[in-house]
Amino acid sequence: MRLEFTEEEQAFREEVRVFLREKLPAAIRDKVLNGYELSRADHVLWQRTLHERGWGGVSWPKEFGGPGWNSLQQYIFEEETALAGAPRLIPFGTKMVAPVIMAFGNAGQQQRFLPPISSGSEWWCQGYSEPGAGSDLASLKTRATRDGDHYIVNGQKTWNTLGQYADWIFCLVRTEAQAKPQSGISFLLIDMKSPGITVRPITLLDGGHEVNEIWFEDVRVPIENRVGDENKGWTYAKFLLGHERTNIAGIGGAKRELARLKRIAASEIKNGRPLIEDPLFAAHIAQVEVDLWALEITNLRVLSGERGSRAPGPEASILKIRGTEIAQRISELLMRAVGPYALPFRREAMEAGWQSDPTREAAGPKYAATLAAAYMNLRKLSIFGGTNEIQKNIISKMIVGL
Amino acid sequence: MNFEFSDEQRQLQDTVDRYLAGQYTFEKFRAINASASGWDKAAWAGLADLGVLALNVPAAQGGLGFGPLETLSVMGACGRSLLLEPFLSSAVIATALLRAFADDAAAAELLTRMGAGNAIAVLAHYEPGSRYETQWTTTRARKSGGSYQLDGHKAVVLHAGAADTLLISARTSGEPSDAKGISLFRVPRDAKGLSLDQYPTIDGQRAADVYLKGVQVPESSRLGVEGGALPAIDAALDIGLAALCAEAVGVMQALVDATVAYVQSRQQFGTAIGRFQALQHRIADMLIHLEQARSMSYLAALRCGDQNVSERRRALSAAKAVVGQSCRFVAQQAVQLHGGMGMTDELIVSHWFKRLTAAELMFGDSDTHLQRYAALTRS
Repeated sequence: MRLEFTEEEQAFREEVRVFLREKLPAAIRDKVLNGYELSRADHVLWQRTLHERGWGGVSWPKEFGGPGWNSLQQYIFEEETALAGAPRLIPFGTKMVAPVIMAFGNAGQQQRFLPPISSGSEWWCQGYSEPGAGSDLASLKTRATRDGDHYIVNGQKTWNTLGQYADWIFCLVRTEAQAKPQSGISFLLIDMKSPGITVRPITLLDGGHEVNEIWFEDVRVPIENRVGDENKGWTYAKFLLGHERTNIAGIGGAKRELARLKRIAASEIKNGRPLIEDPLFAAHIAQVEVDLWALEITNLRVLSGERGSRAPGPEASILKIRGTEIAQRISELLMRAVGPYALPFRREAMEAGWQSDPTREAAGPKYAATLAAAYMNLRKLSIFGGTNEIQKNIISKMIVGL
Repeated sequence: MNFEFSDEQRQLQDTVDRYLAGQYTFEKFRAINASASGWDKAAWAGLADLGVLALNVPAAQGGLGFGPLETLSVMGACGRSLLLEPFLSSAVIATALLRAFADDAAAAELLTRMGAGNAIAVLAHYEPGSRYETQWTTTRARKSGGSYQLDGHKAVVLHAGAADTLLISARTSGEPSDAKGISLFRVPRDAKGLSLDQYPTIDGQRAADVYLKGVQVPESSRLGVEGGALPAIDAALDIGLAALCAEAVGVMQALVDATVAYVQSRQQFGTAIGRFQALQHRIADMLIHLEQARSMSYLAALRCGDQNVSERRRALSAAKAVVGQSCRFVAQQAVQLHGGMGMTDELIVSHWFKRLTAAELMFGDSDTHLQRYAALTRS
């Protein structure tokens, strides 16, 4: 047993660092490190940059144009990119639909859809949840009925992330109404420009536009855009949900935000001393830091167990629960670190480049402007991707056997 | 980076698992616990026959020359079996301490006898006023002629009553909180002027407060240089802390297993209570704590021998903070989920609960280590 990485792994880490030093645009990095929102163009530029290096599909095997990294290399890559302030990869294309197309799609679909995902020229979004189908996803009602060589899709999806930017959406639709819930579902790829699709923004508690409702009204989808067999979509959906695991704990991002928390706590003043020296606040920081250390080792234990070809296990649920709890805790401490200056809520101050009136003393430190919004936004972490309660159901069924 | 145990480590673990599962049953534990001495010479001899008492004894002293990972491999079984014998205090901590002085002929000879099961030594270091601060030492050693006279009071010395030899720290110079000026002495337990107030601890182990009144020891019983013993004491206690973390993980695993079995068999409202989601989620939380603690027990074992003291202590404090909190959570929830049965002396569950309660309090509780971690990590 040893915690040190091998020389090859260290060399790989260094290779990623050099790439990030040379290729990560400073404007994007500064937005990420300071918690400002990224634009569509920022994400696309970063995806293209990765693609040009041959790293467009982080988890992809070589045969589909990926780097062919093992799970530990993917982990190192994601940790380093997060620490350096690169955008978190938008998962819907590279990490969600692409593995499904590779595993269950036909050669034509693979040739048509995979290259533009890697290059960033096509943006994907997800059509899973519905108003009546959240944790109980199999109860979804969006219908697809056959009409010649097309499906006609009608229904409503919700909690669709960044669909306002998307060129394509992958959807779970019901193709067999009488069957039991899991067995009548198919997996469709739908062009967002299709007539009959309406995207309506949902404004979230932080004022941001991150998620949408998507309405389908007699949307025609060619049958060739169905992945795999009709009525087998639930199998593919489960495969997809189990797939994103190397970064599910978000260790790199948590380390980056923890460092930011310490910087801010060192510059905030309480009773004439840096806040970071306050015993109670220092204990809060220490607690989340030791919890993160434990999670990091647990994550590496899971990955090293997977280094063979073992399928991702329910251990991913442990990583998801603890990773999201820790990220939420850090964001909460970040907000609390600035005290009353967490209260001002000016959307314009949350944009990169915003300057306060230079003729008078600023209303609070610049770094304070985004912290409460981030805290509020990150409540999503324990809700999406299978709520933490659903993860506990999985643990008790799959690991414990209850 | 890998988390594989070597074949040797796995073999060691299997051997001790099998031996304790077969020989050191819960009934046996109860019988030993009820005895006057609180430990069993035959069980100790059995461990010696297996070779595990020589685990940490250097090869030059006839031992196996192993380290923290091998120790970790056997501690889980010690925890699960609620071993009452002084394995942690003598075969891990005192052995690691004496190893630092193995060029002293008497220390080397003692190590050989300890590895064979023919001698037991324990460290008597903490004091009533020290809480968990290892440098706080008020016990005095005054030199006159060729001997030292020891006076003072040592607190909650694990297995002092079972030991033939106490390794006693005493101040030869400086103020109570100085890191320098602490010396270490090899003292026979039956030395004149040394007395014990013996008692069981909450988990059925034995310990004692040790009183020293004009205890005379020859200069040759001092281990190492005068006034320079604290780094070796800290190093030995850190090795003990790592072993304690591994032991606690063994107990937590046993409690999770027992709780899962219980909720699967216990029927209420016409069904096994394990079908209730509130209980399933509690067990999932117990499992998460257990796995986080297991990760940190590995970290502790891998770092407890680190030469870089502040890095070593940072890792160990992180480990003990997480393991200690997990001890409390898993132990409390195991009793809760066993309902009234968890409260009874009859079930092993309550004894595991008490072992974890003690483990959290030993060598620094979670708060102490969290604070120490914060102090070592600021910036």
